[in-house]
Amino acid sequence: MIEQHLPILQIIVPLIAAPLCVLLRHAKLVTGFAILACWVTFGLAVLLLDQVVTTGVVTYELGGWAAPWGIEYRVDALSAFVLLFVSGIGAIVMSYAPRSMASEIAEHRRYLFCATYLLCLTGLLGIAITGDLFNLFVFLEISALSSYTLIALGGKRQALPAAFQYLVMGTIGATFILIGIGLMYMMTGTLNMADMASRLELADGVRTTLVAFGFLSVGISLKMALFPLHLWLPNAYAFAPSVVTAFLAATATKVSVYILLRFVFSVFGIGFAFETMPLDAILMPLALIGIFVASTVAIFQSDIKRMLAYSSVAQIGYMVLGISFASITGLTGGIVHMFNHALMKGGLFLAMGCIVLRLGSVEIDDMRGIGRRMPFTMAAWVVGGLGLIGVPVTVGFISKWYLIQAALERNWWPVAVLVLMSSLLALVYVWRVVEVAYFKEPSERASAASEAPLSMLIPTWVLIGATLFFGLSTSASAGVARRAAGLLLGGSP
Amino acid sequence: MRPDTSIQLALALPLVGAALTGILGKRPNLREVGTLAIGLATFLVVVSLLPSVLEGGRPSARWFEVLPGLAIAFRLEPLGMLFALVASGLWIVTSLYSIGYMRARDEDHQTRYYMAFAVSIFGALGVALAQNMFTLFVFYEVLTLSTYPLVAHHGTDKAMRGARTYLAVLLSTSIGFLLLAVVWTWSIAGTLDFTDGGILAGKAEEPVVLALLGLYAFGTGKAALMPFHRWLPAAMVAPTPVSALLHAVAVVKAGVFTVMKVVVYIFGLDLLRDTGVGVALMYVAGATIIIASIVALTKDNLKARLAYSTVSQLSYIVLGAALANSWGVIGGSMHIAMHAFGKITLFFCAGAIYVATHKTEISDMRGIGRTMPFTTFAFLLGSLSVIGLPPMGGTWSKWYLALGAADAHQVLFLGILMVSSLLNIAYLMPIPIRGFFSAPPVDSPSSGIREAPLFCVVPLCLTAVGCIVLFFFAGEIARLLEPLVGGTAAVGGVP
Repeated sequence: MIEQHLPILQIIVPLIAAPLCVLLRHAKLVTGFAILACWVTFGLAVLLLDQVVTTGVVTYELGGWAAPWGIEYRVDALSAFVLLFVSGIGAIVMSYAPRSMASEIAEHRRYLFCATYLLCLTGLLGIAITGDLFNLFVFLEISALSSYTLIALGGKRQALPAAFQYLVMGTIGATFILIGIGLMYMMTGTLNMADMASRLELADGVRTTLVAFGFLSVGISLKMALFPLHLWLPNAYAFAPSVVTAFLAATATKVSVYILLRFVFSVFGIGFAFETMPLDAILMPLALIGIFVASTVAIFQSDIKRMLAYSSVAQIGYMVLGISFASITGLTGGIVHMFNHALMKGGLFLAMGCIVLRLGSVEIDDMRGIGRRMPFTMAAWVVGGLGLIGVPVTVGFISKWYLIQAALERNWWPVAVLVLMSSLLALVYVWRVVEVAYFKEPSERASAASEAPLSMLIPTWVLIGATLFFGLSTSASAGVARRAAGLLLGGSP
Repeated sequence: MRPDTSIQLALALPLVGAALTGILGKRPNLREVGTLAIGLATFLVVVSLLPSVLEGGRPSARWFEVLPGLAIAFRLEPLGMLFALVASGLWIVTSLYSIGYMRARDEDHQTRYYMAFAVSIFGALGVALAQNMFTLFVFYEVLTLSTYPLVAHHGTDKAMRGARTYLAVLLSTSIGFLLLAVVWTWSIAGTLDFTDGGILAGKAEEPVVLALLGLYAFGTGKAALMPFHRWLPAAMVAPTPVSALLHAVAVVKAGVFTVMKVVVYIFGLDLLRDTGVGVALMYVAGATIIIASIVALTKDNLKARLAYSTVSQLSYIVLGAALANSWGVIGGSMHIAMHAFGKITLFFCAGAIYVATHKTEISDMRGIGRTMPFTTFAFLLGSLSVIGLPPMGGTWSKWYLALGAADAHQVLFLGILMVSSLLNIAYLMPIPIRGFFSAPPVDSPSSGIREAPLFCVVPLCLTAVGCIVLFFFAGEIARLLEPLVGGTAAVGGVP
């Protein structure tokens, strides 16, 4: 009975929980309630993935309206995978939030934080679950608007301009996407993705379709911060509260990558995107340039949160690179890197949150000697950093392995070499911090610091531990990613 | 105990050791007893595996299947056995020496030091026991990362610079070249298992084999082939026992071990010989041997001279691998053990001199033999072994290598080996000779014997004696290594 309604529950639970937070209002009560809601959502995602693995694609008709007319939720391996890690990270970060919020967000705003956080989660999950294009746009806006609010909650004054900048860029992106969807609707007269894919075959090569494709790819690239459309991201991540940075960095851009995958492979189809349109010839250079430029910029940041934000821009490059190969191995690499990077960056930003709590600063100079004062936090940071470099036994290695293999399969030597060389840039920016944290005399702030509380350390280590676990046992992560890649390339939506 | 279990134990013990030293960090005496006990236990476990390997057993273990067909797995074969014995055996001596050195110097961060040391032994044993190239690569990186805190130990700007060079060279070669080579091999051969006779035969064209060999040889930065040798002199900033770890116990040995292992089990000797690509590697190794020896001559800092000497000696092993015949491979592999004992003695002596007199420059060491007779004599023995004179272990490995060069009709390289021995004499012998026969500097208080602490002197005497003992056991080592070259046919003439 309940199994049938899993897809809708996945969305309804966080969506209803959000306004309830506003009604409850009491700070402690609200956080407890939000944590509960997040974990329930995660539990539903687990059940859903299980269902997808055993029975195949799960569909759900909203309000009982049959597919092309009504809104359809459609969960395949890829969506279930995205749902799982987005809700998982959402739950872990929320469990971490109470202690971190206490120092960064004023008490009378905490219930608002919880409400917007849940709304943002709803939006992100909705994007992954829906099979309807307009519905996707609506969820996109829900997640975007709530993330602007979340960023603006940051304590520093710069948080407001950062949020505003993101608002402007995000809205441009969303508008492009909306125009794209509008044009597609014009061409096909339907909003259901599966239906649209089959009708598009008839309308292949018409100029309107080409224009729609252009609008959509630019809009989505803006949303996922693909170089050179990434300018909103570093400020937004640097000035948002730690919890928000961790949550958004781990989920928001990944979901945008998911949208790209959906449009390119499920709606337009691989033939159109890569043969009629030269998508690979555009994405691959941008991805590679983005990796190198953003990693280089990261090296010169003194604000470590900002440094990690630039690193995120670079990591988006790896995902897009994987997609641009348009092969099973490449796609597997891209998809598994969505997941892997979510774990690494989530863990790293949570560790940064611990440092903010104890140090009150994220400047590299203040982090001198912190390794001895906060051994567990910094150990987590180092493991996460090693993941970014792609050291074996961490998840980062798995992603790179697939990407290099995909490049070799196509005989694109320079790409394989570039991917490897980019790891060295990551080494430089990660190692700056390691050196300072472990081999310098403690700074004033560091000598006054003590280890972060368990309520923050445990969630941090859950994510960091996961980067090690999935670096050793990849049958779950890379296995599902491969399945999703096969599904996408098989042409079935 | 079954050999398969022993393998797991050999890998687990150093990790237990690391944890133990961490827990006992506040109580130095207990911590160091723990380190020694664990070291001894590890060595005994490794030794217990020897009979089974000699009988042709190949104990194995399997940990994780990371990607389909790609597992972290272990399988002990003769070459790995040799390396494991060297690494675990010398760990004990080095620990003894560390205790003397670190206490005499009153160093900070000793707990971190012993922990990192134990983890690096874990890495070295993982390299030795690896069943496939992927596992080897993983542990190779474990070794790189775990030795970094040791090199950076002092935390001064100079130490940090040295450690940065160390890490930068080792990681950029291993990620830039070695990993590429590994993935490439995987995509050509579909497997990375170390297999007798190699896995690339018949699957790759000659240019591809050449490119792969280059990637493997230069990618193994730890083998210090020029021009990727800079990290080794840079790492001199580390405390002396760490230099011993780098130069003898684990790090460089892991490098040349990797080259040897790749040549024997990935390429296969036949493939290298038939395609003739080994010759290119021979030239690189030959050039490194000569150039590094000449550079060593110019260094007045004792540790720097020894570092360049190591760069040169490592290329003997690479040369042996590149020759790809029975003599070359056995000689090269044997040189792993021979050079380890010789060079560790020399470094221990350098450290003992530093602890006792604070001298680092060779020109200041005139007459040192009068105050430190044991140390200087051990230095003499170590030098003789590195040069390759009887009755020292180093004799045999050079003998085999020379035979290998002759067998391959590479007269040039036969010449290089001989010239190199002369150069070795030129840069090593003056030190003990001046130590014994020159008059000490006028300003130094000359009377009486003032050796370094016992914990420093005993280990260096042990390893010096080890050099002599190895002279008589070379035959055993050769017998252990015979399966590498497919049987007994080509090897003989050893006592």
